[in-house]
Amino acid sequence: MKRDVFQAIADPTRRAILTLIAIQAMTPNALAEHFDMTRQAVSKHIQVLRESELIKQKQEGREIYYLMQPKKLKEVDRWLETFRNLWEERFNNLDQLLKKIKK
Amino acid sequence: MTTTTKNFTVNKDTANKKITVIRDFDAPVESVWRAWTEKELLDQWWAPKPYKTNTKSLDFREGGHWMYAMVGPDGEKSWVMVNFFKIDVNKLFTAEDFFCDDKGERSNELPGMNWKNVFTRSGAGTKVTVELTFKSEEDLKRILELGFEPGFTAALGNLDELLEKF
Repeated sequence: MKRDVFQAIADPTRRAILTLIAIQAMTPNALAEHFDMTRQAVSKHIQVLRESELIKQKQEGREIYYLMQPKKLKEVDRWLETFRNLWEERFNNLDQLLKKIKK
Repeated sequence: MTTTTKNFTVNKDTANKKITVIRDFDAPVESVWRAWTEKELLDQWWAPKPYKTNTKSLDFREGGHWMYAMVGPDGEKSWVMVNFFKIDVNKLFTAEDFFCDDKGERSNELPGMNWKNVFTRSGAGTKVTVELTFKSEEDLKRILELGFEPGFTAALGNLDELLEKF
């Protein structure tokens, strides 16, 4: 199942998880220590992040590590940039119009 | 996430499904208000090049609506309906918008959004705050997939690149 990136980052715990593993890859146990909730609850959040492809897992010996997938997060940025360009252009048009109607 | 140049801010609050756009204009609030609420003026700035806005009808009052087409360089049209809710002249108005057909019937293929536009005096000029609220995360997702508004993103040359990722 593939999940929506926006849904994935809408939750504050999941954003906190992303912030943590953006700095370094972490095991599920190390991650869970940062949160005041059950390991199971943390692991559910991790699952959502994996399904949205924001993070991936890597096996090293007996340990599983979670790593950030920055490419996926860029999609969010790209969308915002497009949105921003639209409004910038629209407002530049408005500046021109306001000059005219001010006389 | 906030990006800023001079007096233009776009702030995304994904958790609340909200985007806020703030911009200062070098004109009195009455002029800026007119530009947002009179069809002859709206048609002159609303669409980014090479698109044009073509208003079919604008009835700017509470409960009224604005129906317009975004007209592309080849004459293709995307119709949009805006319903006005609350209006406080020279201060604020709220509205919803959605895509529709040429008769004004809502198209369910594309999500709409809610608007709150606030106009405030700022020195000799005007600050406009546009608050866009999406109805659901699903809507945000669809808007991402489809481009913000058809034509707009294409006009900006980004849509093809965006679609490649899906």
